[in-house]
Amino acid sequence: MISFTYLEPVDIDEALATLARYGDEAKVIAGGTGLVNLMKQRLVQPTYLIGLRRLAGLSGMHYDGTLQIGALCTHRMIETSMLVRNHVPLLAETFRQVASVRIRTMATIGGALAHADPNQDPPPAFMVLDARVRLRSQQRTREVAIGEFFTGYYETVVAPNELITEVVIPSPLADSGATFVKFLPQTHDDYATVAVAAQVTLDGDRIAEARVALGAAAATPLRATAVEDALRGQVPTPTVLREAAVLVADAVDPTSDFRGSAPYKRDMAVVFVRRALAQAAVRARAGRGTA
Amino acid sequence: MRTIRLQVNGQPVVREIPDNRLLVDFLRYDLDLTGTKEGCSVGVCGACTVLLDGQPVSSCIVLAVIVDGCEVTTIEGLAQGDRFHPLQQAFIEYGGFQCGICTPGQIMAAKALLDGNPYPSKEEIQTWMMGNLCRCTGYYKIIESIQAVAKGKVAP
Repeated sequence: MISFTYLEPVDIDEALATLARYGDEAKVIAGGTGLVNLMKQRLVQPTYLIGLRRLAGLSGMHYDGTLQIGALCTHRMIETSMLVRNHVPLLAETFRQVASVRIRTMATIGGALAHADPNQDPPPAFMVLDARVRLRSQQRTREVAIGEFFTGYYETVVAPNELITEVVIPSPLADSGATFVKFLPQTHDDYATVAVAAQVTLDGDRIAEARVALGAAAATPLRATAVEDALRGQVPTPTVLREAAVLVADAVDPTSDFRGSAPYKRDMAVVFVRRALAQAAVRARAGRGTA
Repeated sequence: MRTIRLQVNGQPVVREIPDNRLLVDFLRYDLDLTGTKEGCSVGVCGACTVLLDGQPVSSCIVLAVIVDGCEVTTIEGLAQGDRFHPLQQAFIEYGGFQCGICTPGQIMAAKALLDGNPYPSKEEIQTWMMGNLCRCTGYYKIIESIQAVAKGKVAP
């Protein structure tokens, strides 16, 4: 394991001051499930590690029309929260599929976003929910739409002096249904070969709006806008969904690895977008969000 | 170096450790609690599972400095004197281990499950335990051992 100096600010003001001073040479650590592995492999070698565990104000959730999740909430907290289940059930469904319970116990949502591995499960769900990420520095607080948050492979808009403090999620629209499906040909706790989040909002029999986002399909999580556009105003019949799903093949840019070749992942993206849309449409018709 | 204070298997522990000490190394080398095994070293195989405030974690990817103030339970904390924990007894009676390397992690993961959900279905056991790998592939017997405890078939 590499050497570093561990710093542990007692509150957010001290954390932001520490980041302002050491930002370029520092990494922030919460649960460490992503960062410790990167440090073990010497892919990241910070001089300072800034531990956030004393920042109690960042580990809460509350709902006031939008759901606000503190950056230090763990995946397990989000998976098991009644607040999440009641207001944004798609998140509970997504988070329970992340890795193993050992990872979900430690991994925080702020840490996951900062880690920005394109294979992660939560980002596609956040994308179809139009989530925003709140960032704080000593100078300002800003919110970034999740669609603009990821800038590249393991890269985000977070500046060295900024801290992710909350994720803000609007309530899903009435008459909408959503789902998250993960294609796992190997083991249950693996990253997906392709993962799809979909949300369908109906106006009578027709689709008022569809949102589709994918993980493990490119250098960043992505929205499949061509698929979404093709569905607007359509009745979600199996044929309509199948023809729209085909359009995702041009949107993805997967890499070949041990989870599948690029052409295979592209084919599977089409299959799983179709399945996700079908499931979301069923749920929208039943008027029950996610199951 | 930093001083951490925590509870390990119910006992207070105060130790000065290097900032980069991993929890698995802290347990094995600083505290001589070698029941916890290190397998993959990347948080995937489950061999190093211990309980942190009652919840299962991979101790190979947890920094010891961040468990300051917490309660850690390892396999050594389960038996009461010479009386095994029901899960340990079940793994013996129902053949829940072969080579034994994954067993401390399997038992700690199972303990976390049963502490929160004393009567899990077979499917709940399988879902919960799926990240704890057994290279002898003795999964059926591991599931049976946990079911035996959940069904009260093992004397506590």
